[in-house]
Amino acid sequence: MKGMTIIVKTISSWVKMLVFLFGIYIILFGHITPGGGFAGGVILACSYVLIMLAFGRDYTEENLSLKLASKLDCTGALLFIAIALTGFLYGGFSFFYNFIQQEYFAGKDTAFKLVSAGTIPLSNIAIGLKVGASLFLVLLMLSAFRPGDSSEKES
Amino acid sequence: MEHLEFYILLLFVIIGSLVAVETKNLLSAVICIGAAGFGGSLMFLFLKAPDIAITQIVVEVLALVILIRVTISRDKTFISGDWELIGVIFSVGFLLIIFLAGTKVFDALPEFGSPSFIANNQGDTASQHYIQEGINETGAANIVTSVILDYRAYDTLGEATVLFTSILGAVVILRKQSRNRLETGP
Repeated sequence: MKGMTIIVKTISSWVKMLVFLFGIYIILFGHITPGGGFAGGVILACSYVLIMLAFGRDYTEENLSLKLASKLDCTGALLFIAIALTGFLYGGFSFFYNFIQQEYFAGKDTAFKLVSAGTIPLSNIAIGLKVGASLFLVLLMLSAFRPGDSSEKES
Repeated sequence: MEHLEFYILLLFVIIGSLVAVETKNLLSAVICIGAAGFGGSLMFLFLKAPDIAITQIVVEVLALVILIRVTISRDKTFISGDWELIGVIFSVGFLLIIFLAGTKVFDALPEFGSPSFIANNQGDTASQHYIQEGINETGAANIVTSVILDYRAYDTLGEATVLFTSILGAVVILRKQSRNRLETGP
């Protein structure tokens, strides 16, 4: 699949960055406004879906290859577990202990600010990375096996 | 009837799900699932849960795109000329209805920044504790995030593990190298 017409390509080359930025906004402000890591990650994947539908599969794989996407997926998952284990080691032997909030922000009135809530924004970033990369992988995997493609490769 | 639009959306979701199960055409089943999902996200907005509504609508868009992309080459569907006008009228009508329901939803939502989540009664349950002490203990202004990523973060870890495992299975089953190697021999 070589992609769609030049109208779709032009519009999507303008819109893709806005969608990506909106996903980053949803992830970073997840502890203040509605949204969070999961919704923001899906929006990040949606921007890549837009690129794939407009420009075709090969162009997308040049931008974000399958290996890099699976590495990002694993990085997000490991980052989330690392946050949990750091809390476990830092204080009280309780999993997901919010050590930054309890040790450094306690008593200060940091609510409604971007840098607040301790480990929660970090967890949001990890989950957003994980969800975005894995949903991108699903699309890449499912779009790889269309009946037309396999017959072309065999011939 | 007090919440008439809520019941209309509920009926819409039920009809969409039934058609999706019963229809023979794969593509129309996928589209019916999408319609049911969008009705569900509007219902979440009526129940004053914008976090879930945002997640539902973006997952629905992505799932619809993936499923249509997978099914569209398997199942060729053509609409004949006689039905084209009726189809346009129906789709514009449905868009209008969903738009009107969406504008009603914004009346039902609480005003931005108003503390609608703080209850008046002084209960001693866990949910009351989350509501009253969440902003002091976690520092997160969004109470949903403070629950899912601080108090109940272990659940979120399980959810992330489920997603990770399913993606792992999909990548392993659908990968390209082993298929080619099997076809050509080692």
